[in-house]
Amino acid sequence: MSNDSNLHGKPEIVTGHEVHHDEHHVHHHKETFITKYVFSQDHKTIGKQFLITGIAWAIIGGLFSVLFRLQLGFPDQTFPILETFFGRYAKGGQIQPEFYYALITMHGTVLVFFVLTAGLSGTFANLLIPLQCGARDMASPFLNMLSYWFFFMASVVMVSSLFVSTGPASGGWTSYPPLSALGDANQGSKIGTDLWLIAMALFVVSSLLGGLNYISTILNMRTKGMSMTRLPLTIWALFFTAILGVLSFPVLLSGFILLLFDRNLGTSFYLSDIFVSQTGQALPNEGGSAILYQHLFWFLGHPEVYIIILPSMGIVSEVLAVNSRKPIFGYMAMVGSLFAITILAFLVWAHHMFVTGLNPFLGSIFVLLTLLIAVPSAIKVFNWLTTLWRGNIRFTPATLFSIGFVSLFISGGLTGVFLGNSTIDIHLHDTKFIVAHFHIVMGVASFFGMFAGVYHWFPKMFGRYLNSTLGFIHFWVTMAGAYLIFWPMHYEGLAGVPRRYLDLSGWHNFNKFGELNKMITVVSIIVFAVQLMFIFNFFYSIFKGRKVRHQNPWGANTLEWTTPIRPGHGNWTGEIPEVHRWAYDYGKDGREFIPQTEPIGKGEGHH
Amino acid sequence: MTTTAVSQHQTKWWSGGKSPFNVEYGKLMMWYFLMSDSFTFGAFLISYGTIRFSQNYWPSPSYVFNTFPGAGEANLPLAFVSLMTFILIMSSVTMVLAVHEGHHGNKSGVVKWMAWTIVGGLCFLSCQAWEWHHLITGHHAVLVDPATNKIEEWGQSMRHNPWGPAVENMTYHGEKVTRPGPVAFGGYFFGITGFHGFHVFSGVIINVIMLIMAQTGVFERRGHYLMIEKAGLYWHFVDLVWVFVFLCFYLI
Repeated sequence: MSNDSNLHGKPEIVTGHEVHHDEHHVHHHKETFITKYVFSQDHKTIGKQFLITGIAWAIIGGLFSVLFRLQLGFPDQTFPILETFFGRYAKGGQIQPEFYYALITMHGTVLVFFVLTAGLSGTFANLLIPLQCGARDMASPFLNMLSYWFFFMASVVMVSSLFVSTGPASGGWTSYPPLSALGDANQGSKIGTDLWLIAMALFVVSSLLGGLNYISTILNMRTKGMSMTRLPLTIWALFFTAILGVLSFPVLLSGFILLLFDRNLGTSFYLSDIFVSQTGQALPNEGGSAILYQHLFWFLGHPEVYIIILPSMGIVSEVLAVNSRKPIFGYMAMVGSLFAITILAFLVWAHHMFVTGLNPFLGSIFVLLTLLIAVPSAIKVFNWLTTLWRGNIRFTPATLFSIGFVSLFISGGLTGVFLGNSTIDIHLHDTKFIVAHFHIVMGVASFFGMFAGVYHWFPKMFGRYLNSTLGFIHFWVTMAGAYLIFWPMHYEGLAGVPRRYLDLSGWHNFNKFGELNKMITVVSIIVFAVQLMFIFNFFYSIFKGRKVRHQNPWGANTLEWTTPIRPGHGNWTGEIPEVHRWAYDYGKDGREFIPQTEPIGKGEGHH
Repeated sequence: MTTTAVSQHQTKWWSGGKSPFNVEYGKLMMWYFLMSDSFTFGAFLISYGTIRFSQNYWPSPSYVFNTFPGAGEANLPLAFVSLMTFILIMSSVTMVLAVHEGHHGNKSGVVKWMAWTIVGGLCFLSCQAWEWHHLITGHHAVLVDPATNKIEEWGQSMRHNPWGPAVENMTYHGEKVTRPGPVAFGGYFFGITGFHGFHVFSGVIINVIMLIMAQTGVFERRGHYLMIEKAGLYWHFVDLVWVFVFLCFYLI
């Protein structure tokens, strides 16, 4: 007997497809506005809900960065309009210190978690997994709906924290104790941090419900013929993203629970008998370790950056192959490098802690493991470039954003090699160099992947196209802006300019960067304005965009383009199509593209 | 069954159209959830270990947990927690029996063993409630200020730990006097056993729902008792976690 029959001794269980066929395909009940657009269980609608909520958050988070850039670029000037809007937080038209720290904290939290985690993988995992695997919906549409509404509740709590009288959390997006644990030390560490922690706990629940669904849908619900090695790379990337989230967010939750206890129940997990200058007294706590929090935080915090970047990598791989009209170069190497990144993601967290007094020997192990990540990253970059190489490239906005992603990933990745070395990191730690590095490699690059995805799959989401001219303006301004904003920060960081400082003009050494900071601020305002233009394009095109007339507008191979132009709940009107080949038969045997649903012809060449 | 017959019916488990593990999605999700949850507990227990081994002194569990309900001041180290553990493990056995009956579609058997599992869970929670109550309301003489020989009577709380090193040649109403112990003890003990107790509590709720659904014939109409299996996975996991909690707080 074979291994298979030993492993699967039980009779085969009917898994999902037929059951779901009954549940979703046949629509006897009438859909109301509420079930169709609000409490929808359709993965496509849930994906759009994640995207639009993510856009709302991106406006808030982006606006925060413009506000604190005003302070950094023009520390001596006053902007009376700020006082009009923010009252005592911007007394006399100048951003007050507590407000500044709240702004940088919330900018980080919002962009990292609410936009680039929920807004990115929430959107594309929901939209693409059932469509590209060939399933009528997620494994559990109900839990999927709950996943969005937990995210929504997290958003409500987080927004409400912006309006409490002592202000929102302001101990940095990492919320390190003791600062984040002591309301006496910091206004934002009063009720604002409790709300921050509650919102994040709800966010973890949302991410868990989503992640479980993504994993079980990809494993269990693939259509006939869709073996794992025929999956588009988007799905592989989203699969590893979900695994990272399911295994790392719970550790963050543990860390947050202990922080909540320290804040409210007088425990001593992170706090010890330190002296607080604001109260003139020592804390009654003893024996806690603030470094413990950092370990718990970064055990999520590091995988989190891959949770952010992997979906973009998947999207970029797919968009580049489709628009180069060439098979993705090195499919198995792409899957293997995603896997390697996923494993390594769990083994490098202490490189965020080289200056905490970490044992230097342990530090050097983390240096080694960190530098190893360069290998799969380089494989991916090589494969993207070779996919483009001599391709018949169609320069759509999605393609441009994908190429921009590769550019940013290279630029930001190289500085990662600097920072991964503990000896250099001791000099660069907490400087603008770090800010430049992670914004380019993880922040802006992931945004570029997200934009590529939105431009590419907008026709599938709404049955209309985004305006390309606005798309090209959006790309070029954002691309130039990203480098103009972050490239100079490398030099500032090398010169020792610290991050998170309210006003750098007091230091003779840093004064020479005054004009540079003004330039960065002006560019960031322009880039922010262009994002607003994109958002206008997005909402305008939902209703007024050019209509999609062709089922497969990009000439792509994957299954989502075999559905009707505006698919209903259940995606395919007839049977789910069977898959006969991988997703990347472009430019094969003299044909531009061969959809996955087409059977292998007689004498057809092997890819 | 001959070899040829098998190879003819060779199923390609990973080629799509079916579950590669031959399980429906709910069970797969439960396994991944349990993996996720084990990371939550793992983080707690590792944090506990980190702090514990950074302390100069840690109370001996056989001294802290030496009481038994109704046994007064008798010194019975770990007796009560052994009983608790036994109850919880027996409830896992009854859960296995419920799942077994479910495989045979035997409704009354499922109902019976689910009921016993719920009883086991409730007994465990009651034991934990007694243990917590006993620890919190205890009176232990602690030398608070060595300069003035000031002694206070403390119970175990999140902020106070009465079980520090003993003070030589000092008694208080016939009881030996100790110095304050590491406060982390209470935080981690109540935090982690509480988090586990919360899991047992939610497990009992799930089991009650399963019992009602089995009793009202929901599973019978569905033709399978897969939900009982999934609840069983969760319940066994909660038991398994207890084994680690037991090891880390009571044995080491």
